[in-house]
Amino acid sequence: MMELLDTLANPAFWVAVLRIATPLILGTLGVLLCERAGVLNLGIEGILVAGAFTGWLAVFAGASLWGGVAVAALTGAVLGSLHAFLTVGLALSQHVSGLGITLLATSLSYYGYRVSFPKVTTPPTITPFGPMDWLGVPVLSQQTALTLLALVLVPVLGYLLYRTPLGLAVRMVGENPQAAEGQGVSVAAVRTGAIVAGSALMGVAGAFLTLSAFNAFFFNMVNGRGWVCVALVVFASWRPGKALLGALLFAFFDALQLRLQQSGGVALPYQLYLMLPYVLSIVALVLVARKASYPQALMKPYRKGER
Amino acid sequence: MRLEKRNQSSAVALALAPVGAVGFTLLIASLLVLWAGAPVGQTYALLLKGGFGSVFALSETLTRAIPLMLTGLAAAVAFRARLFNIGAEGQLYMGAMAAVVVGGLHGGTGIDWPVPVLFVLMMAAAALAGALLLLGPALMKARLGVDEVVTTLLLNFIVLLLVSWMLDGPMKDPTAMGWPQSVALNPELELSKLIEQTRLHTGLLWGCALAVLLWLMMKYTVLGFDIRATGANARAAAFAGVPVTRTVVLVAMLSGGLAGLAGAIEVAGRTSYLTLDMSPGYGYSGIVIAMLAGLHPLGVVLGSVFVAGVLVGADSMSRAIGVPTYIADVIVAASLISVLVATLLTQYRVRWRA
Repeated sequence: MMELLDTLANPAFWVAVLRIATPLILGTLGVLLCERAGVLNLGIEGILVAGAFTGWLAVFAGASLWGGVAVAALTGAVLGSLHAFLTVGLALSQHVSGLGITLLATSLSYYGYRVSFPKVTTPPTITPFGPMDWLGVPVLSQQTALTLLALVLVPVLGYLLYRTPLGLAVRMVGENPQAAEGQGVSVAAVRTGAIVAGSALMGVAGAFLTLSAFNAFFFNMVNGRGWVCVALVVFASWRPGKALLGALLFAFFDALQLRLQQSGGVALPYQLYLMLPYVLSIVALVLVARKASYPQALMKPYRKGER
Repeated sequence: MRLEKRNQSSAVALALAPVGAVGFTLLIASLLVLWAGAPVGQTYALLLKGGFGSVFALSETLTRAIPLMLTGLAAAVAFRARLFNIGAEGQLYMGAMAAVVVGGLHGGTGIDWPVPVLFVLMMAAAALAGALLLLGPALMKARLGVDEVVTTLLLNFIVLLLVSWMLDGPMKDPTAMGWPQSVALNPELELSKLIEQTRLHTGLLWGCALAVLLWLMMKYTVLGFDIRATGANARAAAFAGVPVTRTVVLVAMLSGGLAGLAGAIEVAGRTSYLTLDMSPGYGYSGIVIAMLAGLHPLGVVLGSVFVAGVLVGADSMSRAIGVPTYIADVIVAASLISVLVATLLTQYRVRWRA
């Protein structure tokens, strides 16, 4: 017990929590934006991989770190446009399209990595983002600029969704597309925009892994983080503030299991610790299930003029 | 752009749709092959030869098709009822684990049952293990409205960690020199070979028989009708007296059971023990196969042979010419998306201006 308190009192623990939370915050905001507009985006797992790969590759090829982030966002946006074309334009199943994009983006990234580096045994590295020493805030100044970006984006997205006409349009097409169309809002345009922007955020979330958390690209480095984000959005009742809370809570338990595993104080197989985050995601889904207020038009394709 | 429902799909369009989808996929793959700096024609020739070009190649392809067939059927039956089971990967491992528990660990418990009994028990345990893993998400969906996609996906990761734990401890093979593999199955429980000197085993017959049974069930039984009705419109089905919750639960047991069997048949037919990498994503590929087959059980058989051929052919092509094997995954993913689009275009026409 004392050991646990020691861990919690250690700033290094909270630094780890915030670092683990960053890609989850960015990814969850991305999913949230898509789902608010009524479109499930299961492409996230693949978009994280693709963003991690292209962002890292750009920096490796000589681009600046922010250039890499921009490339990752662009990659996400391109994959998002494909998802929008399939689910909004052609009104195909959102589940299947998303999974297709995850498979495509993942295999393309792995293929691209192997073509670019056919014979490497140790992954080539780049110099990642450094800590923000100039900030002078404990815990936060040991994070990179991408973490700050993620934290700033939470209120920004909240403001956009709840205080601007654009946000109202996004929420309308996610709740009642017929009514939105009646108000002169183009459902297709708003949904497409939301998916593209949300997917760009997912791309940045991927880039955080290779440009900030680590300095190289590994196979399987995303490891289900995308699916966790999809679960966190439900847990957050589609609200940006709660999404931040959910991501931090998740990261807290993830960091805690890492510490417990390292300290070896509790003699359990390490796999049980690694399971904890996934188990918690499912538990969170069950806990909020009764009162989850899904966007009413989520997963319902909209065809103009069709009832 | 706007979609307009066609009154009738023309025969030409129906025939052209798969051709167009394949052509588009090959176009993308060709660009990637060029990027890798390899000659396109030769790459495809090697891929075809490696997948289908000889008795050995064909036997390898069919061997690889067996687990894909079963996970494909698992996805097809679940998706037909709109139960989006993305957890076949985890269910496969649960099945493999159960098979090893019954067929490999029994030596230590002192139970000495005749082989046929043990074989039936092993397969039943595998199917049950897969089914139970999907039962949770299905009940959560039916009772609480929790989206089954996320829960089944997350369970895949949990099961893999469980397998890793089992291989570290309770099921570890003490003679494997630290290699993470389970104790081997009782050799008498292994499936026999279909062709001598190849790896092709009787699991192929299991897969084909289950596909035919599933097709007959979907077409001619009340349960099959209930499944189709639930998938077409759950509310209307409930209104018409279809027991929707019961149907969803039964479908979950069926789908999870098929995926569990895939694991047991892999262990009994090919690997003879459980490892952490026994499935390179068979569960996920099964979904693609089910979609390629239009969720038709007999189509799944063909689809699994196609996907297996691409995977096996890419392995052999990659060894010969150096194009990364991931090209196979790109081809599979791209063909999924292009087949979906092509099928849609046979049912709708696109009006670019409103």
